[in-house]
Amino acid sequence: MKILVCIGNVPDTTTKIRFDEQMKNLDTNGVQWVINPWDELALTKALEIKEQSNGKIEKVSIINVGKADAEPTLRKALAIGADDAFRIDADPVDAYFIAAQIAEVAKQEKFDIVFAGKESSDFNDAAIGSMIAEFMDINSVSAVTSFELADGNISLKREIDGGKETISVKTPFVAIVQKGICINPRIAAMRGIMMARTKPIKVSPAIETETLIEYQKFDLPQPKAACKIIDPEETDKLVDLLHGEAKVI
Amino acid sequence: MSIIVFSENRNGKLKKNSIEAVVYAQSIAAATSKPVVAVSVGNVDDQELALLAKYGATKIVSVTDQNWLAHDSREYTKLVAEISEKENADTILFSHSNMGKAIAPRLSVRLKAGLISGVVALPESFAPITVKRKAYNGAAFQLVTVKSDKAILTLNPNSCAIKENPVSLNIEPYTPQTAYNAETKIESVDVVTGKVILTEANIVVSGGRGLKSGDNWNLIEDLATVLNAGLACSRPVSDEGWRSHEEHVGQTGKIIAPDLYIAVGISGAIQHIGGVSGSKVIVAIDKDKDAPIFKYADYGIVGDAFAVMPKMIESFKKFKNS
Ligand SMILES: Cc1cc2nc3c(=O)[nH]c(=O)nc-3n(C[C@H](O)[C@H](O)[C@H](O)COP(=O)(O)OP(=O)(O)OC[C@H]3O[C@@H](n4cnc5c(N)ncnc54)[C@H](O)[C@@H]3O)c2cc1C
Ligand SMILES: Nc1ncnc2c1ncn2[C@@H]1O[C@H](COP(=O)(O)O)[C@@H](O)[C@H]1O
Repeated sequence: MKILVCIGNVPDTTTKIRFDEQMKNLDTNGVQWVINPWDELALTKALEIKEQSNGKIEKVSIINVGKADAEPTLRKALAIGADDAFRIDADPVDAYFIAAQIAEVAKQEKFDIVFAGKESSDFNDAAIGSMIAEFMDINSVSAVTSFELADGNISLKREIDGGKETISVKTPFVAIVQKGICINPRIAAMRGIMMARTKPIKVSPAIETETLIEYQKFDLPQPKAACKIIDPEETDKLVDLLHGEAKVI
Repeated sequence: MSIIVFSENRNGKLKKNSIEAVVYAQSIAAATSKPVVAVSVGNVDDQELALLAKYGATKIVSVTDQNWLAHDSREYTKLVAEISEKENADTILFSHSNMGKAIAPRLSVRLKAGLISGVVALPESFAPITVKRKAYNGAAFQLVTVKSDKAILTLNPNSCAIKENPVSLNIEPYTPQTAYNAETKIESVDVVTGKVILTEANIVVSGGRGLKSGDNWNLIEDLATVLNAGLACSRPVSDEGWRSHEEHVGQTGKIIAPDLYIAVGISGAIQHIGGVSGSKVIVAIDKDKDAPIFKYADYGIVGDAFAVMPKMIESFKKFKNS
């Protein structure tokens, strides 16, 4: 079996979000680019499963839709332990476009399991994993918080509002994962970093895809009014304000 | 043309977010004179379905067939596609919930319908549909237009104000043409009972590292009990094992948007705020007057949580009993 892990290249979580004058594009000055947090967890889990599979899982590949500036992030993922990488050389236009590209590779290369993160920490679409599955007409399981592979059987836990379900699923499928899948992401060791330099990144052009939506512009949230500070001795007053002024209780 | 709302239920009770989605659909209907068709899958009785009509669903397509009760994303996508076709829908609304996020993107591909997810407000224009959505974990909004003939939206909580718009009840029991052929199987379900569900709670009480240890959580729990609130925590709290991961909110945890979020001993790191910035009102209790949380809070108390919380609990109790 082969696993493909989707890797989003996103601004570090502490990035101060600013846009160009037209409010069209992120001002990328000084931005540090990192592996999307959930994709890091997905990759960690994929590597764990491979190691425990007694050779049943031959390889863990990664894929990114992005221009050459995403390669440092891909190298990082290779240093963590992925075997090889695919990069579709195109601007990641929108979720539909990205998913179409990834589905094409997953189909051509016959991947059995595709991992995607619950959402990208920049665009927050929470869409790509499910879209890949539909493009490929295969199963998808969302909100996956646990992934077990034992004797060739796959058992997942999926979060539902107020609980979880344990699910068995047939390959091929897409697992859309979130926190719980593993606790801490694996960190690249020196040896991994050295090895990553020689691991292949296969670059290919994008397939043609329609666009169904159009981004107009970004907006920043209205600055909040100053916080009303209440004396610690006057908790009754807080209650009054929440009831009378804010009307939330 | 019609507007479809995928309505969710738990154990036969409609979810609040689904009611909100009907209200949202109703505002589109008012501007475009399209009917609002709600789709319900599961054992929801007529009395409960009547709620959808109370908020403006002119028709309710109800699938109660036992085969269809288990959520399989691929099969549910086929089902909603089938009903959308039958109802000639050009706008399909979901909640931005676990289930909505699992089906809406698949449906977008299946119907070649532009998807806008995490919508936070009513449309700015209707033809073509242009709406505001959340991006960068709430640090920005994005205005997006759908170019395709059909549009799919997933709605964040509080995307519109709930108001009634009663229409006459019209339930259509429906047997899907598509056979249910899921390749996923739900082996077991583990639901937490007796607790307010965090992602659906109107009020959430949340604790951070400032509480020093999981043993002090009675302060958070007692306040939550008085307010019938959901429980949350910051990431270090769940990483330390003081509380379960289910309660972790923030960029890497759950994203919530209650009416009232009370943060106790939480400094307000940007990654934490990413999960709660959709809240209507934020209250912060922190002993450090310069803690960033006060930049995001509407009301704040600067003080020691161990001294403030018991007083606060008393004040809220007094209010509840009055
Ligand atoms: C990639 C990434 C993702 C992350 N995702 C998340 C996330 O999803 N959610 C999240 O929460 N964090 C997340 N974090 C961590 C985040 O950066 C902060 O470290 C974390 O939110 C801090 O938690 P805290 O506020 O509980 O603790 P602290 O920052 O330690 O704050 C404790 C607060 O308690 C106050 N305090 C102390 N004693 C008392 C007292 N007796 N009474 C009252 N107040 C008191 C202090 O003044 C302080 O303000 C993430 C970090 C990274 C790098
Ligand atoms: N440019 C990209 N290349 C590869 N995978 C991506 C890309 N963008 C997002 N993804 C994957 O899709 C998931 C969900 O992203 P989104 O739908 O944008 O919220 C992410 O967690 C990644 O796994």
